[in-house]
Amino acid sequence: MASAVTGISVALEGVSKRFGATQALDDINLSIGDGQIHALVGENGAGKSTLGKIIGGIYIPDQGELLLDGEPVGKWDPPAALAAGIATIQQELSLVPRRSVAENVFLGIERSRMGVLSGAQRERYEELESEVGFGIPPEAEVGSLRLADQQKVEVLRALARRARMIVMDEPTSSLTKDETDRLHEIMDRLRREGRTIVYVSHFLDDVLEVADTVTIMRDGLITRTAPSAAETKQSLIEGMLGRTFEATFPEILPVDAGAPVVLEVGELSGEIPKDISFNIREGEIVALAGLVGSGRTEVARLLFGADAAHSGTIRLDGEEIPRLRPRTAIDKGIVMLPEDRRHLGLVMTQNVRENISLPRLRSFAQGGRVSRTEERRAVREAIDRLNIVPPNPEGELQYYSGGNQQKSLFGKWTLQKPRVILLDEPTRGVDIGAKRSIYDAVAETAAGGSAVLLISSELEEVVRLSHRILLMSEGRIIGEMDSERASVSEVLRHLFDAGRSAA
Amino acid sequence: MKKSPWRVWRDRGQTEEAAGSAPSGAGFDTQDLLEWIRRYGVLILFAALFVTLIFASDSFLSFRNLLNILNQNAPLAMIAMAGTLVIISGGFDLSTGSIFCVSAVAAAWMGDAGYEVVGLLLAPFVGLALGLLNGLIITGLNVHSFLATLATSLVYRGMAILITGGSLISLFGNDTFAVLGRGRFLDINYVVFILLVVFALLTFFLNRTVAGRHIYAVGGNPMAATLSGVRNSRIQVMAFMLSGLAAGLAGVITVSRVGTGSAQMGLGMELQAIAAIILGGTSIYGGEGAVWRSFIGVMLLALINNGFNILSVNPFFKDLTTGAIIVFAVALSAGKKRR
Repeated sequence: MASAVTGISVALEGVSKRFGATQALDDINLSIGDGQIHALVGENGAGKSTLGKIIGGIYIPDQGELLLDGEPVGKWDPPAALAAGIATIQQELSLVPRRSVAENVFLGIERSRMGVLSGAQRERYEELESEVGFGIPPEAEVGSLRLADQQKVEVLRALARRARMIVMDEPTSSLTKDETDRLHEIMDRLRREGRTIVYVSHFLDDVLEVADTVTIMRDGLITRTAPSAAETKQSLIEGMLGRTFEATFPEILPVDAGAPVVLEVGELSGEIPKDISFNIREGEIVALAGLVGSGRTEVARLLFGADAAHSGTIRLDGEEIPRLRPRTAIDKGIVMLPEDRRHLGLVMTQNVRENISLPRLRSFAQGGRVSRTEERRAVREAIDRLNIVPPNPEGELQYYSGGNQQKSLFGKWTLQKPRVILLDEPTRGVDIGAKRSIYDAVAETAAGGSAVLLISSELEEVVRLSHRILLMSEGRIIGEMDSERASVSEVLRHLFDAGRSAA
Repeated sequence: MKKSPWRVWRDRGQTEEAAGSAPSGAGFDTQDLLEWIRRYGVLILFAALFVTLIFASDSFLSFRNLLNILNQNAPLAMIAMAGTLVIISGGFDLSTGSIFCVSAVAAAWMGDAGYEVVGLLLAPFVGLALGLLNGLIITGLNVHSFLATLATSLVYRGMAILITGGSLISLFGNDTFAVLGRGRFLDINYVVFILLVVFALLTFFLNRTVAGRHIYAVGGNPMAATLSGVRNSRIQVMAFMLSGLAAGLAGVITVSRVGTGSAQMGLGMELQAIAAIILGGTSIYGGEGAVWRSFIGVMLLALINNGFNILSVNPFFKDLTTGAIIVFAVALSAGKKRR
């Protein structure tokens, strides 16, 4: 065993960070002692990853200070953090897939003489490997390794830098139970060597098993920090909920008893979703709840034809749709509001009008020539209906706030009444006012006779903006709840239980 | 015309924080002015050079000289204007110089065989076919357009060598063949009219049709376009076909004018066209741009050229000046990306 390393303590004083309309961190004070595993837990969007990224130098706080062993840090970025002994293992692995394990491990700290690599890399790797015993061959191409082994390469990389603190952001989200256990052993060993580990995770059992201290976060604030021995799964969940703001929700009209089934999904399977079966009736809002990575988005993409299904059937108004592509889906009245408006939803180089009319442009055209008068009239109607500010069809969308961009995205997909609308995180990153407008629009769309599938990580939306909730885990639907009788904590408990037992 | 900055609403944050932020409703600020310069800088540059030349030379501002500039630069302008569609759609066409050449020698070859009119009429469609081939390679084999057209430019150049057999095809003194390049109506070359028609058609296509709007969407955000039901491949193929057709037409006009076809025609023309497109202010990242911009870009390069000629400045400085102006213009528009 290597000689003990001196740990490092980090303190945050009054740290705030804002992304657009979202206050990701609000005046955070936290100290992380050395030689500990310190876990950060919270719902999606609570600010735990942001906090980890600030410690690792990936984000710069808008306000506040970071202290290392009591001393304020100067310029803070990933190289500075590494130099100070803090390494970060990010949720999205940051390896170079086409290069070897050893090259990845020593990337940026290669030994060289006047820029020419010296040949001792292999011995160096073996020395490092003998400390931890992962058994990963140094010449293997990283891209060919299993995800769990890639995680290990990330750990090796942190160790090669003699890191005294390692920030791990959701390292187990793609690991099996066995692999998670092995990672926990490694973490335990690193702690015993005197290193500090910041462990960001939404797997509460993992956290309780391995962490010394837990900090619970909610809406960018710290609820409390306590020894993990003093917490239970239930107490963590309660700490993560109990929101500071109560969003108001519109009334959801009950589904007419005789309402026909609009969408019928039968044993649909794709890359991640497996054997998905459910129906949505006219005017019904069905919510799909699950943790990140459970396959919710993938279900929506299959139903829209954005991904190809491996097997299963999709029926619209009783008629089977054989080969679904986005264009045919749109023509049949199935539309999808994708989760990431910037990358998947909107064309930021085009204006409001051009974005809203894009999927239906053909309906304003005769012989290929677009009638701008008709186009503008339809877009104005959408702008008024959703209260998009500023209400200018020619406004440049890239300058609009997140909320108004999201409303434009909603307007784009409801320009003509959809038969089925698939909403993937319809309120992500928008302020409270815009949220309410979108809730109203969702309720109205359903009341107008559309079938709605709602995907949201905000469980309050899931419970209060739907008729039924389908619980998803590991690509499968594992249960169904009636929204009238469901509560947020109940949904959360089901999801966390499923998340671990299935793995 | 399209996006007047005076109508741009700047939406700074949400209502609850609006009170705290700087007032943004009043008129225009320096930010708006900078934005305006970025957008229309090429016009200012063009106007400045135009006025300078008027004062610097008596012979510049004559109907004949201006018409000559248009006439001489029409082939390049056609390639650049159609190439704009490719660049807006997010692609690159490095084969236009070679397509220009193949169409030119194809027309000359047919003219040489006694089918002058048929050659002049058909050869532009050789360009269309080669553009189609580019599009199919890019979308079907999933090759980046930069690489695909770099490769096809060699293939097409090789085709031109095969057609000419490595020698010149001379139609010197063949008046039927020369009619497209040299013929006049009201003392104005046909070519000038053709140029204006191409300009109008491409502008209409890009701004007023479904396909044109889709070109912007595909270049601006391909994934959002796909998820909006746009068939990206079709749009890309269409852009490359139009680029090929325009290059073919330009080649036929040129060969008709000079009366000699050779496999060396149009060397480096694709880069001149791309330089003009970028000089005009069309974004090389795709999604933004306009046909008129590339027209102005070509004319700006032409004025620099013309200025050097009529002012008889040392021509050694010509390339240097042109290059410096391109760097300046591109740096100006690149500022936008850093926001």
